[in-house]
Amino acid sequence: MLKIKTLTKLLLGIMFSRDRWQEIFETIRKNRLRTFLSGITVALGIFIFIVLFGFGNGLKNSFKQFFLDDATNTLWVNPGKTSKPYRGFKANRRIELENSDLEDIKDNFKFFLEGITPRISRSARVRYKGESDNYSTRAVAPDHQYMEKTLIMKGRFINQDDLDKKTKNIVIGRLVAKDLFKKEDPIGKYLEIGSSAFKVVGFFQDQSGDREERLIYMPYTTQQLIEKNNDKINSIIVSFRPELGYTSALVFEKQLLLFLKKKKSIDPRDNNGIRIRNVADQIRQNQQFASVLQIIVAFVGIGTLIAGIIGISNIMVFVVKERTKELGVRKALGATPKSVIGMVLQESIFITALFGITGMIGGIALLSNIGDRLEEFFIIDPYIDNFTALGAMVLLILFGAIAGYIPAKRAARIKPIVALRDE
Amino acid sequence: MTTKKIINVINIKNLQKSYKIGNSLLHVLKGIDLDIKEGELVAIMGSSGSGKSTLLNILGMLDLADKGKYLLDDVLIEGLTETTAANYRNQFLGFVFQSFNLINYKNALENVALPLYYQGFGRKIRQAKALEYLEKVGLKDWATHLPSELSGGQKQRVAIARAMASQPKVLLADEPTGALDSKTSNEVMSLIQQINNEGKTILVVTHELDIAHMCKRIVTLKDGVIVEDQNVDQVIVGNHV
Repeated sequence: MLKIKTLTKLLLGIMFSRDRWQEIFETIRKNRLRTFLSGITVALGIFIFIVLFGFGNGLKNSFKQFFLDDATNTLWVNPGKTSKPYRGFKANRRIELENSDLEDIKDNFKFFLEGITPRISRSARVRYKGESDNYSTRAVAPDHQYMEKTLIMKGRFINQDDLDKKTKNIVIGRLVAKDLFKKEDPIGKYLEIGSSAFKVVGFFQDQSGDREERLIYMPYTTQQLIEKNNDKINSIIVSFRPELGYTSALVFEKQLLLFLKKKKSIDPRDNNGIRIRNVADQIRQNQQFASVLQIIVAFVGIGTLIAGIIGISNIMVFVVKERTKELGVRKALGATPKSVIGMVLQESIFITALFGITGMIGGIALLSNIGDRLEEFFIIDPYIDNFTALGAMVLLILFGAIAGYIPAKRAARIKPIVALRDE
Repeated sequence: MTTKKIINVINIKNLQKSYKIGNSLLHVLKGIDLDIKEGELVAIMGSSGSGKSTLLNILGMLDLADKGKYLLDDVLIEGLTETTAANYRNQFLGFVFQSFNLINYKNALENVALPLYYQGFGRKIRQAKALEYLEKVGLKDWATHLPSELSGGQKQRVAIARAMASQPKVLLADEPTGALDSKTSNEVMSLIQQINNEGKTILVVTHELDIAHMCKRIVTLKDGVIVEDQNVDQVIVGNHV
């Protein structure tokens, strides 16, 4: 207890000793070049570490943004062309999805399924009063809203009633509304798509950008009705119950693929007849990639830090060597070993901390100024969390102190007689 | 020479010191007996290699003897830790070196104030005292000058002021005029005499006979032993300061 008290008193004594600081400031002021050299090493080390680490985070950000607009528990089923002959069918046969596939998936995968929607993509001339333009349309089921994370701003999305009655109701993107209706409220108005009139029942926004907001959604049954009452579907999106986890999702994906291949008479070894894109799997892969990148970046950053630390210790050794005579004089005048160590150490820690903070602030300032300016290099909003920044800082100061301590200890052991010997 | 009544500031008996050089042992001090009373001005003479600087270093606690007894102001100097040695140096001794050894980035005043800093005096007191001693050596107007802006003689006077500032028992001067021409040498010796006249005990190591004769007593060393120890008629140097 007493020991802690004395130690605290001693530390406080050092920290707040005006004379000690004055002595240090004087030394620093009168050895500007030396101080500047060691300081720059530290500042640069921290600066580069912060910037690199921030860039790593920026990369992660842009990976995250790639998937921002989609639910992550979805599988995308896309038909293609077969590449192998099978059961009497020739190779190169075009596979098509139809309404019965939707029903079969619903019936056979109840355990996994959360939602399902077909998607029929078309492009059409859209007219409202004098305005007209070409827009992409998507004919879908209500579940599509969740899977694409479509945000309804006003009105509603396509519902089951629309499907059943094959209504000519549509939901338009924010930019469609802006282009065609200007400041008018689009809800309840009629748009001419191709040769039929559709009633706008809602409009939406989408986080993934302009392209998504220039879309028009309609019931898929209506689209099929217009196209000679067929039952063809471009693609199917299914979502699985998220609580199933990644492994079950892989099982689901595999079984679904097998089921569809069997139904469509595709060779099980044929990878081209039907493809399933697993968003969760893709995100996982990308995040792994980003993590590896971050590790590499951290490695480079730590390397820079170590270089900085080695730089400091080099300079401290040089400093002590340069000051051998001065320290000898001080000892002859009555400086105790403790005061010599304290002086060298406090000076090195002070310089390290001061320049370290400067470098850190510089790095953070640079990062916060970048924002999305480096988007083309996949770096978006680079940042460094306080914990990492502070950790790097503490590490640097700690090692700066250690780097200073060894030469300081040596300095304290210098015999004044050796230091003062006239050459 | 010693009487019981008067305390010797320095009292050494059978002091021995040897240095290892390669495999052979170089005996530098072969048993020195020396008493120095308060207020003496003693020159330690000898050619180079006679052991005079080693003796001074041991007296100044900058080096340790192998054998023998050393009492400084009745305190036995033996087996000191570095910290105690530093405190004793600070309390008892003032050093003047041949090459001045001023701290080059501190001005004259700050140099003189340095031992006071290690004595724990506050800044104001340090500065006032340092200025007082600078005035004593005639350099009050040079207080804010860096050593590089001072002449050799001025530097040595600053060094003397620094040695005096901590009010030591003994002033140890190692070839204080070794780097100076004869005119400035006389100035410095005049200052040393003046300080001695005020009662300070001073040891001057020199190999110059005329400098030695400006002291009151000459101790001559040769090959590690005292060959001569005599009081002399002091040559008073005119007051140049």
